[in-house]
Amino acid sequence: MNGSTRGGDGYVVFDDVQKSYDGETLVVKRLNLAIERGEFVTMLGPSGSGKTTCLMMLAGFETPTHGSIRLDGRPIDNIAPHKRGIGMVFQNYALFPHMSVAENLAFPLEVRGIDKTDRQSRVQRALDMVRMSGFENRRPAQLSGGQQQRIAVARALVFDPELVLMDEPLGALDKQLREEMQYEIKHIHEELGVTVVYVTHDQSEALTMSDRIAVFNDGQIQQLADPSTLYERPDNSFVAQFIGENNRLVGTVDRVDADVAYVDVNGTVVTALPVNCGDGGGNQTQLSIRPERISLGDAGDNVVDAEVKELIYLGDHIRCRLDVLGNDEFIVKMPNAASANAPTIGATTKVTWSTEDCRALDPAAIAAPKGTT
Amino acid sequence: MTDTVTSPDAGNAGAPPEDGPILAADGTPLARSLNRSVRRQKIRALALIAPLLVFVLISFIVPIVGMLLRSVDNSVVPETLPRTVVALEGWTASGPDDTPPPEVYEAFVLDIQKAADERRHTVVGGRLNYQTAGVASKFRQLGRAAEDIDTSSPEAAKAGLIDVDATWGQASIWQTIQTYDGEYTTGYYANAVDRNLDVDGVQARPDDEAIYLMLFWRTIRLSLIITVICALLGYPIAWLLSNSRERNANLLLILVLLPFWTSLLVRTSAWKVLLQEQGVINESLTSMGLIGSPLPLMYNQFGTIVAMTHILLPFMILPMYSVMKTIPPSYVRAAKSLGATDFTAFRRVYFPQSVPGIGAGGVLVFILAIGYYITPEIVGGTTGIFISNRIAYNIQSTLNWGLAAALGAMLLVAVLVLYWVYDRVVGIDNVKLG
Repeated sequence: MNGSTRGGDGYVVFDDVQKSYDGETLVVKRLNLAIERGEFVTMLGPSGSGKTTCLMMLAGFETPTHGSIRLDGRPIDNIAPHKRGIGMVFQNYALFPHMSVAENLAFPLEVRGIDKTDRQSRVQRALDMVRMSGFENRRPAQLSGGQQQRIAVARALVFDPELVLMDEPLGALDKQLREEMQYEIKHIHEELGVTVVYVTHDQSEALTMSDRIAVFNDGQIQQLADPSTLYERPDNSFVAQFIGENNRLVGTVDRVDADVAYVDVNGTVVTALPVNCGDGGGNQTQLSIRPERISLGDAGDNVVDAEVKELIYLGDHIRCRLDVLGNDEFIVKMPNAASANAPTIGATTKVTWSTEDCRALDPAAIAAPKGTT
Repeated sequence: MTDTVTSPDAGNAGAPPEDGPILAADGTPLARSLNRSVRRQKIRALALIAPLLVFVLISFIVPIVGMLLRSVDNSVVPETLPRTVVALEGWTASGPDDTPPPEVYEAFVLDIQKAADERRHTVVGGRLNYQTAGVASKFRQLGRAAEDIDTSSPEAAKAGLIDVDATWGQASIWQTIQTYDGEYTTGYYANAVDRNLDVDGVQARPDDEAIYLMLFWRTIRLSLIITVICALLGYPIAWLLSNSRERNANLLLILVLLPFWTSLLVRTSAWKVLLQEQGVINESLTSMGLIGSPLPLMYNQFGTIVAMTHILLPFMILPMYSVMKTIPPSYVRAAKSLGATDFTAFRRVYFPQSVPGIGAGGVLVFILAIGYYITPEIVGGTTGIFISNRIAYNIQSTLNWGLAAALGAMLLVAVLVLYWVYDRVVGIDNVKLG
């Protein structure tokens, strides 16, 4: 709360940053974030969660209403965007339509006063990096979406910035190309060792590429962690619901004993790992269980009745929609093994999960998450 | 169905026979089949645009063609003086006092007598008066006297005519008739560039009568100045419009469009109130003691430039705005993130993309300015008038419609040439008017 070190140390530090456009509501509420040199950090969140605003403040196109941002130890709040030396890839690439590919790439070098021969070799190197040599004289409009994307990445990197910002750069591509580009950007990141701050609303994109993910909602970071932690151990119900597939059960905490919470869900008491449900009895809570951590059977920490509602054959596994404790959107993924005796629709069966796979979180609905405060 | 390796299966109606046209399913050629299927749509489309087409044809195409014809039309002379025209063939004046043979006189008197009966002798007199001043009065005088001229023999006719006025005994008047004896003439165009067409060919007019080339040049020069000033003043406004929040932008746009809701005459008259010798500006400056005597702000080129810039500014702003609106702010942001200063980002990234807007606005304003009439007429005085004012003068005062048509045609050609040059340089496809 008090002053300059709150954000901690790091290459990029957001220190108590707040942003308001209208003086009435905060788009970014007290953001503290430290990003290490060479890290690939993704800001993930639904639209309007403040992630792009954070990126724009880092790039210098928006000024924080309160707090400060440090880059490599120096506060950059009073440095103009063009002096920050930060590469940026924009949502719709923002390739200059009146310049050829080579001119686009040479632009950042030219404004830095780099001489012509040096410029040419660096443009060539950048084109090689994104496997686009031979396209020097094309105009952006003559390139496909994926090719424009590569050029945009090359342009953001051609002047050797240490920090590159990417604002939903793959949003306009089709699914297959998007996945291909995800790997390509990840490889470039590993090769060059630059620090990347990446903004997206696509959680699979975030999980594929990032070292760490900051999940944004309602102007706040809900959780900052590496992908596996985020998926396996969400801190709150927003993160649990936003990342991956999630089964929810709403109940009341009966009591919390050491590492086990006893939760009453529609009259049945189940055990769960207490994470964010308070430590007394009577609290509302939301239980979160990943579909792949549930199995059909009657041996385990929790065994409850289930009615099979729907079966979807997906090749490697079968998605089974069940009615469990009053929630008829309960999903179980069953591996498509030869031995599996598939249930039939309408049949009653039993499902089971272990206590530590079931996380008792805050009761907030998706629409109004309460955050981590 | 263009696949040439289709099997020659008789049941396949869509397959093309060797080298023949592609057939539709029922065996008719595909092109004909397509024509038939879209004919209804075409007829309906044509019916929908027909009222406008007819309107444009009647109110625009026909008058323009009529004007172009009028600029070369000289039919009044051969129609009114048919015998004279024939009789004058082959005659060449050897000196200023050389007269045509008596047969010409006889033919002329007969022509004039007939024309006087039909009251057309003044028309031909008026026509020839454009070429040689004073001819009209001779013809008018002749209308009264022609009946009394003895036409029993050619010699008598000659004597009688010279008796009416000594002018008929000189070569020049006959040479004028001879020069303008054709159905068509280039004489109006010669006049329009300060030349005179006479029997010896095209001659330059004396300097004190030369006016049109100077007016053309002034029209182009002032129009260029007005266009440049409009571009300089309009660019920042268009930028502001396209970069403001929607509510502010709408308010600004209303302010830009506000002049359109006021009569052109009112706006020009408002400038008169401001600029005249005892006008608002001069009075204010005088009362503040900044100037001793009133500045000449109007009835000159300055007044024309100021008032026309104001009136034409919206035509510059709107095309610019429509182009700038399509330039996403991310381009300038990208340029800055790549290390360009504000100025470099503007010069290298924003400005080149806004050029089509400047081009569209520039062409629009220049073409409007070059044919402007009311404003120069009211605030231009003598040094600030345009060629269009002179065209109006020829239509209303001297009634020399041929010359007015020739001037108008030249103006039209100038605009078309400009349009062509612009298309060559910038490309008309790049112009976005909205």
